[in-house]
Amino acid sequence: MKLLSVERLQVAYGRIQAVRALDLQVGEGEAVCLIGANGAGKTTTLKAIAGLLPCRGSIHFDGRSLGQQPAHAIARLGLTLVPEGRGIFPRMSVLENLQMGAYVRRDRQAVKSDLEEVFALLPRLAERKTQKAGLFSGGEQQMLALGRALMSRPRLLMLDEPSMGLAPVMVQTVFGIIRQIIQRGVSLLLVEQNAHLALKLCQRGYVLENGAVGLADPADELAANPAVRAAYLGEA
Amino acid sequence: MDILAQQIFNGLVLGSIYAVVALGYTMVYGILELINFAHGEITMMGAMVAISVIGMGLAAGLPALPLILLAMLAAIAVCMCLGLAIERFAYRPLRHAPRLAPLITAIGMSILLQNIAMLIWGKQYIPFPPVFPQGEHRLLGAHVTDVQLIILATTLLLMLALTLLVQRTPLGRAMRAIAQSQPVAQLMGVNVNRVVAATFAIGSALAAVAGVLVAANYGQAHYYMGFLLGLKAFSAAVLGGIGNIAGAMLGGLLLGLIESLGAGYIGPLTHGFLGSNYQDVFAFFVLILVLVFRPSGLLGERVVERA
Ligand SMILES: Nc1ncnc2c1ncn2[C@@H]1O[C@H](COP(=O)(O)OP(=O)(O)OP(=O)(O)O)[C@@H](O)[C@H]1O
Ligand SMILES: [Mg+2]
Repeated sequence: MKLLSVERLQVAYGRIQAVRALDLQVGEGEAVCLIGANGAGKTTTLKAIAGLLPCRGSIHFDGRSLGQQPAHAIARLGLTLVPEGRGIFPRMSVLENLQMGAYVRRDRQAVKSDLEEVFALLPRLAERKTQKAGLFSGGEQQMLALGRALMSRPRLLMLDEPSMGLAPVMVQTVFGIIRQIIQRGVSLLLVEQNAHLALKLCQRGYVLENGAVGLADPADELAANPAVRAAYLGEA
Repeated sequence: MDILAQQIFNGLVLGSIYAVVALGYTMVYGILELINFAHGEITMMGAMVAISVIGMGLAAGLPALPLILLAMLAAIAVCMCLGLAIERFAYRPLRHAPRLAPLITAIGMSILLQNIAMLIWGKQYIPFPPVFPQGEHRLLGAHVTDVQLIILATTLLLMLALTLLVQRTPLGRAMRAIAQSQPVAQLMGVNVNRVVAATFAIGSALAAVAGVLVAANYGQAHYYMGFLLGLKAFSAAVLGGIGNIAGAMLGGLLLGLIESLGAGYIGPLTHGFLGSNYQDVFAFFVLILVLVFRPSGLLGERVVERA
């Protein structure tokens, strides 16, 4: 049984069909990436899985059908989306943002120790606990978004373009953190413009074209595929 | 008697009431960007229910203190139910409608509640039975009644409690999270409908207490009293920066002071041409000035109603 299994997913914005008959799976402990051109439907797919968009088709998480469950109910199952643009709460402090990540949890002691772990993983956040998150740089905001997602103890973490708008050094840092998160046993569904990095990090990948899966292969095969190299890895 | 001290004290009492009512407007606006015009009528309902309960309690021979508490609780319970019902049946179905629709619904709810109150309690002013302590004191040159002291103590306590709720509790964080981004709040597992309902319940409870206190202060209530009180509290919320909790409190207190000082000094300043009956004009004068020169209010971070 796959941890996440999406079949014939269809999402439309009014009359614009953004995702048409998409299938994808993520196994327990697996890291999978979703790459594709601008407007291919990557963000739409993640939002639909998270319950933020009405959709057709079937989505199963941990053997349970998500049906048309509201987003807040899906979040409680351990399916956590870090949205495009990070979605931190700018007028809240770092600590409060992290507390929001643990909003659904009632195990106060474990939340406390998770907070310590997040601060250990992301020392920059610990230094600036009481600062308003809106004052942070893009990279720091992305770290905060990752830390906040960890506070929910995700079983499957979905990241929408974590490298967006970051300087190259910061991209390396952020991907280093994502790698550590994977090593903790969290399953990953990663949407990323930087296909090079994504394919290096993940075991499998899907190439999305016009709202449907064009290719689905192990990451090293995709990285070696001439068509993928030409379209997404910037090689002529 | 010291006129300045007196006007400042009166202004603080009045302003603390405005502040508590303004909190209801600002919390709902902060979360839904909706101006709940029926909120003023909720204060009126609180006053009316309390008067009825006190009337019955006195007839049954209940002593004053338990009776006051009973009346408060009854007013709070009825107002919470009203607030929840209005949110659930009038506003929630319009959550994603164009902004004008809920605004018009809000005005409709306000008129509906006025008419319901008129049918139940009639058109006349109804006296608030003198169950509150009726003592009078001198304080720094001002003439101060027990009821005024009770108002100050109660409202300050409520403002403190609400601040703690919003700043320190998961519910308060969820409210602020929704105000900043509703979809992201949902991604954190926040049930938006539940938090919105809680917001209406809390705002309505505050309004109930404010309504009872106002009626006790003036010794009477009237089915139309919520209109002016609501409009002034709304002005106070805009003055402080609508959507901003601290702003509502500051705006309320300032507006109370402006009104009271204005009413106290407008006569001498205009050589008797304008009297203290112009008191009500100040609130709207302030509202217009704020909207023209600082639409985001004193502490506000965002722009007011764009519809
Ligand atoms: N809110 C919306 N209303 C209408 N159309 C939309 C909306 N959001 C996205 N679309 C359209 O749906 C399609 C898929 O968009 P989506 O954002 O999922 O693409 P993406 O793969 O995430 O692109 P990018 O790499 O630019 O983030 C696009 O054609 C886009 O124009
Ligand atoms: Mg996208």
